[in-house]
Amino acid sequence: MGIPISYSFRNLWTRRLTTVLTASGMGLVVFVFAATLMLAEGLQQTLVQTGSPDNVVVLRKSSNSEVQSGVERTQAALVETQPEVAIGADGQPLLAKELVVLINLQKRGTHKPANVVIRGVATPASFTLRPAVRLIEGRLPHPGLAEVIAGKSIARRFKGAGLGETLRFGMRDWRVVGVFDAGATGFSSEIWGDVEQMMQAFRRPVYSSVIFRLRDSSEFDEFKSRIEGDPRLTVEAKRETRYYLDQSEAMAKFLRILGMVLTIVFSIGAVIGATITMYAAVANRVTEIGTLRALGFRRRDILSAFVIESLLLGLCGGILGVIGASFMQLITISTMNWQSFSELAFSFTLTLGIFWKSLFFSLVMGLIGGTLPAFRASRMNIVEALRSGG
Amino acid sequence: MFFLKFVIKNIFRHRLRSILTIVGVAVAVLAYGLLRTLVGLWYAGVDRASDTRLITRNSISLIFPLPVSYLERIRGVPGVKKVAYGSWFGGIYIDEKHFFANYAVEPKSYLELYPEFVLPEKEKSAFLMDRKACIVGNRLAKTYGWKIGDLVTLKGTIYPGQWEFVVRGIYHGADRTTEERVLLFHWDYLNEAVRQTAAGRADQVGFYIIGVTSPAVAPDVAVAVDALFKNSLAETLTETERAFNLGFVSMTEAIMVAIQIVSYMVIAIIMVVAANTMAMTARERLGEYATMKTLGFTAPHIGGIIFGESVAISLAGGILGVVLTFPAAHWIEVELAQYFPFFSVSRETILLEMLAALTVGVVSGIFPTWRGSTIRIAAGLKRIG
Amino acid sequence: MTEPPIVEIRNLSKSYRRGSQIIPVLSGISFDIARGEFLALMGPSGSGKSTLLNLIAGIDFADTGSIQIAGVEITGLSETELAHWRAGNVGFIFQFYNLIPVLTAFENVELPLLLTHLTRKERREHVEAVLSVVGLTDRMDHYPAQLSGGQQQRVAIARAIVTDPEILVADEPTGDLDRASAEEILSLMDRLVTEFGKTVIMVTHDPRAAEKAHLVRHLEKGELQ
Repeated sequence: MGIPISYSFRNLWTRRLTTVLTASGMGLVVFVFAATLMLAEGLQQTLVQTGSPDNVVVLRKSSNSEVQSGVERTQAALVETQPEVAIGADGQPLLAKELVVLINLQKRGTHKPANVVIRGVATPASFTLRPAVRLIEGRLPHPGLAEVIAGKSIARRFKGAGLGETLRFGMRDWRVVGVFDAGATGFSSEIWGDVEQMMQAFRRPVYSSVIFRLRDSSEFDEFKSRIEGDPRLTVEAKRETRYYLDQSEAMAKFLRILGMVLTIVFSIGAVIGATITMYAAVANRVTEIGTLRALGFRRRDILSAFVIESLLLGLCGGILGVIGASFMQLITISTMNWQSFSELAFSFTLTLGIFWKSLFFSLVMGLIGGTLPAFRASRMNIVEALRSGG
Repeated sequence: MFFLKFVIKNIFRHRLRSILTIVGVAVAVLAYGLLRTLVGLWYAGVDRASDTRLITRNSISLIFPLPVSYLERIRGVPGVKKVAYGSWFGGIYIDEKHFFANYAVEPKSYLELYPEFVLPEKEKSAFLMDRKACIVGNRLAKTYGWKIGDLVTLKGTIYPGQWEFVVRGIYHGADRTTEERVLLFHWDYLNEAVRQTAAGRADQVGFYIIGVTSPAVAPDVAVAVDALFKNSLAETLTETERAFNLGFVSMTEAIMVAIQIVSYMVIAIIMVVAANTMAMTARERLGEYATMKTLGFTAPHIGGIIFGESVAISLAGGILGVVLTFPAAHWIEVELAQYFPFFSVSRETILLEMLAALTVGVVSGIFPTWRGSTIRIAAGLKRIG
Repeated sequence: MTEPPIVEIRNLSKSYRRGSQIIPVLSGISFDIARGEFLALMGPSGSGKSTLLNLIAGIDFADTGSIQIAGVEITGLSETELAHWRAGNVGFIFQFYNLIPVLTAFENVELPLLLTHLTRKERREHVEAVLSVVGLTDRMDHYPAQLSGGQQQRVAIARAIVTDPEILVADEPTGDLDRASAEEILSLMDRLVTEFGKTVIMVTHDPRAAEKAHLVRHLEKGELQ
């Protein structure tokens, strides 16, 4: 039977101020660690949720994004006749030929410019393909009129994009007749209008992409190899999920690497803090350690008591950090995604994985900080330790 | 004099603890300095922009082109000295991981407007003569081992197909902030190919670059150019190169703001660590402080000793951090040249680093100083037994 | 005509608070100490003898009553005024010597002189003079850890007398020493009284230490016997 855990716990409790300071140092590090992971996760989840695995995006070959892509009307028509395209309840193919362009809008308040995605959509197919998109205010645009609907995060943050306001582009004024919510997907950061109206306004004779639902999800590979091999077509097909994942890759990787580097640097500081605290804990309790050893506890018991104390310290920090980080979920970041070149809003997202990783990380910091002092404590000579208590 | 000596002797009392704290502060200061430099680099493009250059683009957004026919009309605007044009090509070399900027430009006027791209006369004329030629920046050439005469193939993302160019020149930046990772080739070459495959997209440019006679006329020229094309099919938006770059930079501002917040957080973390250490140190010495008070020393004396120790440790860490900043920045410049063509630490950053260290010292000293200087002697002496 | 006493204590009371409980330590003590006295205060633990000593030395505050030392009423002084007063008028000797471990014997003794306007040279002279009184001239560059307990206490005494105060207060000065060292310290203190005319007030519960004193007073439950 070793030294009970309550011994380690009570010692931390006795030195509350030191414990709180050390734990908050570690807590801040865990906070940074968790927050950067949450940011990368939020970005990726937003873009992954944007896509649906049964949807296929058809783009011009080797264009990385819809904005760069161009699909001729004839080619789009060919895609429409493929057998893999699902048929909707109305007997029409579940397929939308869309136009995606960027326009420069100014943010409310700061007047800073940002590239916003404008998507020319086909009604009703575009909506059927994206069940996440729900109109929350106003109505859908009337075909033939210069009307658009704006995603929730665009309507709120950009000048002229709110309900009833007008946006000017393509030599026309466009009335915002509705606001839609697409949950935590990229569509919330878009403006939608009728595709034919848009093509006229922007003088674009070609579509950007063709999106359709697969009749059977397993037919994707077959479809892909056939249309990419078709000499009449210069297109490539991606599952919508894969398409949006690719869009987020560079930025998510940047955020992760940045987070990792920062965390490593920061944890040096926190580990130093833990080491100092634990050394002081050992120094203050020399007589106590001598007494415990005299009572018959082994070096091993002393070692583990101090290591446990340090682990507990780390855990306190971890819990503080995770609690702090969980509040970050309330914050939405809006920035330009380098890959699609367009504005995207996303939130810090805490997952169970990040939660465990953060706690584990805090324990590791505690362990590293506590090891050397614990060894010092366990190596102490009993007689000298007892004598030193003046 | 004595107090200084006493403070220094106290620092060496818990050598390990002091060293750990100094290292901690040094790491924090180093991280702070490097992060600040990183953020500074982000905005460096804004600072190095010339104020005698204007950029004209489609007012809807960058992805919309302008007709090449605008050239003559822009040239006619008073105050315009020279006009170049080009398009963002967006070609990919090998795969997406090997990203670098590549533009199709009207080569003669472009190079005249960008004197900071320094090219030997012989290479320059070779580039201008050969329609399939390209020039590349020195760093880019080094990265891929390109030499004059080499063939470079880019995969088009906006303009489909495989595009082949012959390297005819390698330019050097006029100073170290000049971007040396760019590939430039003939816009005519691009346009002719486009005319054959997608005639509708031919004769269009992504941007015009206007050199003005003096910075003073730049705003008027910008207004005059945009007025020319008002209510046309392709309205223009003309702004100074600085404003244009700033617009770009501000789009990713959120990330930069986050990095800035984090750079202050690292200071906060070390502040907590240092405060804890000082609190611990002061607590252990309460008996000594009480003794000194018995001898007639007053609260300011005791406070000064504790505060002095806190500030001295942090400043030592700060100096170490500043000293380490230079080799670290150099290392980044050499090892991560691909991402950071230059990574020079500004004098302002160094000053801020020292200020951060000082702040850590001051803040972490406050509580222990207060505690040590207000200790009741009788209570303090009891702790000795 | 008799010389006025150096310490005049009137109706001195002091109590401590422990949680919600108020514990009286001294209750209305009055007594005088004559100049050049070597007084031992004795009494069991908790009798208030250390508290009384601390009050006389001006390092603790009384609840009520007055303490006049060489004509100065010290109960009315502020914290800072008290500090100045202590620097010039009282020397303190502790049970555990309370030397600053990072300073040499010389520097420890010099410490109180830093509060005066003496020059560096004058300070050196003073320090060397008192170190020779306590017989440690050859050890002045040693650190406390390099000295024996008795030697450390002698350094502490040198520190107490270096500013030439009239009063020396000692709290169990021999409590941590072996017999021989204790004898040495006690005779040193005796010399300070007889040769240098100091007034020494010593708290102790060692009867042999009390024997050395010229006058012994007992304190019990906060009252003088």
